[in-house]
Amino acid sequence: MPKPRTTAGIIAALLIGGAVAVFAVVWRPAISATEPPAPQSFDANLVKRGRDLAAIGNCNDCHTVRGGKAFAGGLPVPTPFGTIYSSNITPDPETGIGRWSEAAFLRAMRSGVDRAGRHLYPTFPYDHFINVSDEDDRALYAFLMTRPAVHAPAHANDLAFPLNQRFVVAGWKLLFLRHGTYQQDAAQGAEWNRGAYLVEGLAHCGACHTPRNALGAERASASFSGGDVDNWHAYAINARSPAPVPWDTDALFRYLRQGWHPDHGVARGPMAEVVSNLSSVPESDVHAIAAYMASVFGPPTQDHLRQASDVRAQIKSPPLELSPTHAAGASIYSAACASCHETGRPLPYGGVNLGLSTALSAPDPRNAANIVLSGIRPVEGERSPIMPGFASSMTDQQVAALLDYLRSRFSNQPPWNGVEKAVQDARLTQTVFVQTSAGPQNAPADPTQRDKP
Amino acid sequence: MNVPVILDRRSVLAGAGALIVSFSMSEAFAQDQTPPAAAPPHPPSLPGSLKDAPLLDSWVRIDADGSITVFTGKAELGQGFKTAFQQIAAEELDVPFASLKVITADTGLTADEGYTSGSQSTQYSGTAIQNAAAQVRELLVAEAARRLNLPVENFRTESGAVIAPDGQRFGYGDLVADDMLHVQAQPKSKLKNPATYKVMGQPVPRVDIPAKVTGGEAYVQDMRLPGMVHARIVRPPSYGAELTECDTSAVEKLPGFVKVVRDGNFLAVVAQKEFQAIKAMKLLSAAAKWKEKPSLPKQDDLLRVLTGLKSNDSTIFQQSNPSATGQKTIEAIYTRPYQAHGSIGPSCAIAQLVDGAMTVWTHTQGVYPDRQGIAEMLKVPPASVRLIHVEGSGCYGHNGADDAAADAALIARALPGMPVRVQWSREQEHAWEPFGPAMVTKLKASLDGNGKIADWNFDVWTNTHSMRPGGAGSMLAAQHMAQPFAVPEPKPIPLPAGGGDRNAIPIYKFPNAQVVHHFIPAMPVRVSAMRALGAYHNVFSIESFMDELASAAAADPVEFRLKHLEDQRGRDVIEKAAQGFGWRKGQKAPPDRGFGFAFARYKSLAAYCAIATEVEVNRETGRPRLVRAVAAVDSGQVVNPDGLINQIEGAILQSMSWTLYEAVTFDDTRITSIDWQTYPILRFNSVPENIEVHIINRPGLPFLGSGETGQGPAAASIANAIADATGKRLRDLPLTRKKIKDAIDA
Amino acid sequence: MMTLKVNGHDHQIDADPDTPLLYVLRDDIKLNAAKFGCGLGQCGACTVIVDGKAVLSCVTPLLLLEGKQVTTLEGLGTIDAPAPIQRAFMEEQAAQCGYCIAGMMMRAQALLQKNPKPTDAQIRAELEPHLCRCGTHMRILRAVHRAARLMDTAELSSTTQAIVHGSAP
Repeated sequence: MPKPRTTAGIIAALLIGGAVAVFAVVWRPAISATEPPAPQSFDANLVKRGRDLAAIGNCNDCHTVRGGKAFAGGLPVPTPFGTIYSSNITPDPETGIGRWSEAAFLRAMRSGVDRAGRHLYPTFPYDHFINVSDEDDRALYAFLMTRPAVHAPAHANDLAFPLNQRFVVAGWKLLFLRHGTYQQDAAQGAEWNRGAYLVEGLAHCGACHTPRNALGAERASASFSGGDVDNWHAYAINARSPAPVPWDTDALFRYLRQGWHPDHGVARGPMAEVVSNLSSVPESDVHAIAAYMASVFGPPTQDHLRQASDVRAQIKSPPLELSPTHAAGASIYSAACASCHETGRPLPYGGVNLGLSTALSAPDPRNAANIVLSGIRPVEGERSPIMPGFASSMTDQQVAALLDYLRSRFSNQPPWNGVEKAVQDARLTQTVFVQTSAGPQNAPADPTQRDKP
Repeated sequence: MNVPVILDRRSVLAGAGALIVSFSMSEAFAQDQTPPAAAPPHPPSLPGSLKDAPLLDSWVRIDADGSITVFTGKAELGQGFKTAFQQIAAEELDVPFASLKVITADTGLTADEGYTSGSQSTQYSGTAIQNAAAQVRELLVAEAARRLNLPVENFRTESGAVIAPDGQRFGYGDLVADDMLHVQAQPKSKLKNPATYKVMGQPVPRVDIPAKVTGGEAYVQDMRLPGMVHARIVRPPSYGAELTECDTSAVEKLPGFVKVVRDGNFLAVVAQKEFQAIKAMKLLSAAAKWKEKPSLPKQDDLLRVLTGLKSNDSTIFQQSNPSATGQKTIEAIYTRPYQAHGSIGPSCAIAQLVDGAMTVWTHTQGVYPDRQGIAEMLKVPPASVRLIHVEGSGCYGHNGADDAAADAALIARALPGMPVRVQWSREQEHAWEPFGPAMVTKLKASLDGNGKIADWNFDVWTNTHSMRPGGAGSMLAAQHMAQPFAVPEPKPIPLPAGGGDRNAIPIYKFPNAQVVHHFIPAMPVRVSAMRALGAYHNVFSIESFMDELASAAAADPVEFRLKHLEDQRGRDVIEKAAQGFGWRKGQKAPPDRGFGFAFARYKSLAAYCAIATEVEVNRETGRPRLVRAVAAVDSGQVVNPDGLINQIEGAILQSMSWTLYEAVTFDDTRITSIDWQTYPILRFNSVPENIEVHIINRPGLPFLGSGETGQGPAAASIANAIADATGKRLRDLPLTRKKIKDAIDA
Repeated sequence: MMTLKVNGHDHQIDADPDTPLLYVLRDDIKLNAAKFGCGLGQCGACTVIVDGKAVLSCVTPLLLLEGKQVTTLEGLGTIDAPAPIQRAFMEEQAAQCGYCIAGMMMRAQALLQKNPKPTDAQIRAELEPHLCRCGTHMRILRAVHRAARLMDTAELSSTTQAIVHGSAP
């Protein structure tokens, strides 16, 4: 859902650069700097609403680096085009948005242009924020301008020429930034519409869960068909969902609210940060998101329902006979994994029965590799599931053998290709993710829920 | 010492030299017959634990070859007192530190010093050793003087010898004869002048650390006896659950299987190798069917649960001065959940029955009382049971150690001759250890016109804080047997030390004060002693409330405390901590940070401790972070300053973990905090930047126990810093991120 | 029967392949340093070094270790000839009960082999899987810093080489 870590098609600008009236497209005026408004000048209720909205928008996640101050930016966001660093959105007058007027903030949210008139890279998902109402933008502004100011100069992006020229972003916008992508649907109820407004707008779920084209823009024709973020696969969350048990509104609500669901396991990777934020917002908003997303998933097919009941039956039955081709993986599973994943201890503190694992039914093995290597790290001082990572104790071949076995035993999908390569990649990328992301990286969201069961 | 002490009495008595100083065997055997509680009628004026074991050779033994052994009935729990005792003995005997060895708790060898608890080891056992050693030295000097027929004043001691005026040296081994040390201690000893100390007061490196950092045998977990087998317990899933069915046939077919031991609801399996035992336990666990019944209270409503239970109320302190009248009254209620000792190494014990004699190697805190319990459980005379203390993982009070010892003994009885090692699982330790009891305190006080406290009311509701054995009924194995032993009637620990009311009586001077202890006999959750007992929460409450009062009086928290404190040593540690911290009246912490201060004298009779802290609170997440802590401590004459600092540092970090994170959780039937996922404690990413400990040494003054003195002040200091940072007062432990965030957002 | 290389020596191990390394070390090879703390990979007390990396021996089955080199605290040095990390922990008196310390030291050793001059933040992050209940954390941190300095000195004088088995080059 969060972090559109795939940046825009700067290449697009190269292609069209000569063909358009560059100046008209590119040039945006600066909006004059204002004195930072006094925090007391904002209405407390507006600030509180802004706090909830910021949590739904997952702002803290990209704009905070591990060990750093909230909203002070500096998080490296890897993209196919280079690394972009998130900016400081605290009200610091020199390095943050302290001198931004409300109008400047609204323009940034709407059209991806900063106060000085520079185009922002679409790692900042204004292609979604364009749908956010003025009223909500004002609340967000009030919230951010009442945060403690942090002096934290921007980290220079790591992009090669000409991608480091911001004018090319203007070309990208010309191609891909669409106004009015979200419209109220009178045929649907208020909750559905609220959910649609949040999902398509501030929550920017598609930024991760929708695949992107070669120029880094979301493919409108493949909404929610599965995307990439931080070297994790963001699963398809529509009819193509690989989840062994179909999602419904209630399951979505519980998962998003508490960070885990008995039929789907525990949120981890970038999704853990999302659910962590959703634990603190009004329950009605999470329910609205769940209701809307359930309609995006659509009603489960008979096939899917049959598969789900097969999976449930398998969980109760003893392990299958091991095929000799997977003997090594099977032994690793029974020695290293089964002791937690087959104890029957309920989630989230018992390991999920892997028959329910979406990762093992997913189109590629990245998530499964990530989780085997890195495990699930504890949340500081809070009840949270822990899974030891096996990066140090298993070789690439051992992890690959394990994944091949898990795929064959716990999913009805064909074998993955290139598993060992995926494991090698995961070793490199997860190190960066774990070291930079502020986290919580792997956890149920709502601490009040952590007591249960 | 590289290996656990596994000596028998004979080998120790045989010693190395020809001349054997008889160990006070008659005394030891006499104790076998008497319950440990009934101390023999000795003169009460003897210092420290000499009161209970007045023969000098119960403490110090010198062989003909000059080798010296010091005995203590206390158990090394990782506090490092074994090193401290060796320093004390070396100092008063005037021998090199390395030339003597210390033997700790063993019912076959050492005096009955009850439990190693309450920060009393140095205060009681250390004092006994100090005086015994000094008196032994006097006897040796007298013996040399007798031989040369010269006045004792002309002799001095040096490095294990008495030196005559003409320079003639008498080695201690040459002087000691027959039962020279088998004599009653005297009330007064000629202690050394602290100004001449050579070993005491020095940061002597701990004797146990080299083995611990090189993989030596350092713990009971590391002991391997010839022919030893491995046992695992299958505990019931919840308190009071009954074993209804257990098909053992599958388990019996496992490789390495030795035996299933079942006695009522006690179920265990024994195998040749350790992992075989674990596999067998899992299989047996799956085969065992239990009938459970919901018996647990509401975890989220401890205030109402505790104050709703029947209590025996006693006013433990009352003072009135009608001339002082309050003008501004404030009230507050503080709560503490059940909390776990959470030893890193789950409990372990080894037992072996040979020719009717049961030996148990255990990390219990009380070899004698524990022996009493095990003997009662096995229905044998105590003299046929020997308990030897071997170090375990730190326990911080009554954890599963005694229960594991009983488990091992019960299983070993079924396998005569075989040494049986019982190792608890992580889940068992977490679910079955007796927890630190939940507590509720209600405070009410008024300020007079001058901002001084005019009246003070303190009420505390809690269970007993010690269900330690003595009888079999305190041990799980005995409770679970087919013919179970009843859990003994809980009793409050008498004042001045107190249990749940420990430190409930304020050290400050108030004109009007009343303190009421509401002792709750019913124990819905298994509880017992946990480091500092009631003092943790009572000090947390008093010292938080002092800040609330200071704030109401618009006074500086440090100044406000000093204004109500007469005790000069208390004032000194407060001033020292404040000064070390850089505390200034009217100070303001940096943005999102707060400063906190707290103080206590542990048990009102042990060490003084004041702690100032700086805490940062992330306003977005609510996450608190202890940035730094500065402590000052006065524990009387310091034996080992580095050991003392280590204890205080540890107390601050452990208390921080209790205070910010920890609560035992349960549903209506089962304990649900059964591992480190569900009972999170401090990890490295929350460790503060710096902890500074200042010691106020009091040369020549009595040792004051200091192992637990930091727990309460650390908690209150952190709570006060959070209040300073957020402007919100949190009164329900633990002060979690979520509670802080909710308070900020409210 | 499987051959397991521990502290530079080959051991013939007669144990089921699913036996966690911890029990092989303690039960079959009679080593003390790796400790049972949870058996769940949650506390770090069982940490040893395998091929230069810190691993949790309680969740590492024997079958993963074919051809790998295992190093335990015993393999680093002895009381009489302590390795730098052991000297550092003695000199800083970095233990109370000490039960968690062997695991801490092994992870610190693996860190220092890979990164001889870690920052304080790196040490804290690295030790996150490890629990200490006595609250000895400040001393443990100091000891790891000291070990880094001692190893640096040791390398300069090039005297104490080859005491570390199984470390990656």
